[in-house]
Amino acid sequence: MERIPILRMGEYLLVTIQVDMHDRLAMTLQDDLTNRISETSAKGVLIDISSLEIVDSFIGRMLGNIASMSRVLDADTVVVGMRPAVAITLVELGMSLTGVRTALNVDAGMDLLRNSLDARKDALYGSRIH
Amino acid sequence: MAVVSTEATPVATESDIVAVRRLVRETAAKLGFSLVDQTKVVTAASELARNTLIHGNGGEMELITLNGPRVGLRLKFHDHGPGIRDIQLALRDGFTTGSGLGLGLGGAKRLVNEFEIDSQVGQGTTVTVTRWK
Ligand SMILES: Nc1ncnc2c1ncn2[C@@H]1O[C@H](COP(=O)(O)OP(=O)(O)O)[C@@H](O)[C@H]1O
Ligand SMILES: [Mg+2]
Repeated sequence: MERIPILRMGEYLLVTIQVDMHDRLAMTLQDDLTNRISETSAKGVLIDISSLEIVDSFIGRMLGNIASMSRVLDADTVVVGMRPAVAITLVELGMSLTGVRTALNVDAGMDLLRNSLDARKDALYGSRIH
Repeated sequence: MAVVSTEATPVATESDIVAVRRLVRETAAKLGFSLVDQTKVVTAASELARNTLIHGNGGEMELITLNGPRVGLRLKFHDHGPGIRDIQLALRDGFTTGSGLGLGLGGAKRLVNEFEIDSQVGQGTTVTVTRWK
């Protein structure tokens, strides 16, 4: 069965969506990512959608589900690279993508994930460092 | 209004939805639509094709190229499914009888210039949308 590859980079998982996904492929990605987060105890997920020419309500829902599921599994999700035309269209479609964090590109997205992880570690262990 | 070409394509599988997106994209680009307008009409087509497949039990899309006096793209999604009992309700954002977000019909309407639903309970549904260049 066709699958979108999920790369592991240390504490993070990286997904680059490079094809126009049919609906089942999007659902499979959602399930695969959930399993991988739990298997690897990943602290963050970065999803690069810069190749996507559209995001409709189905893909939008998938991104929202991934963000909620990763939150429950103690990982952050950042969606990066949304094209301007896609962003404009999403707003008109009525999709707010609430709960989905976004960044302009992969570098900015990785920074966001690292800062967020650092902040979480500080909150946990910070009081011991004096 | 001059109809330049008409093309029918099946909407019977998930892969057909992908094919619909590609066909609408290529045609809109050929007609000289801006990138944002291409994206809007392809997104509307994706939503309506999915409705044809999921709610209408499959059907087809007719793609009509209009040329003169205005250039435009008209898409007709047609099925012989259960029909829509209350069209006003179906158009409301968030309303769904399935497991979707309920944004497809209302969203598609906002993404095009003309929008028309013709539906008979027990007979089927035709949704026609037009986007002008
Ligand atoms: N082709 C169709 N045939 C029958 N019912 C439809 C059709 N298209 C839409 N509907 C009805 O309208 C509702 C709203 O559609 P939509 O806004 O696309 O939301 P969703 O697809 O997420 O349910 C659907 O849940 C369904 O009840
Ligand atoms: Mg729909």
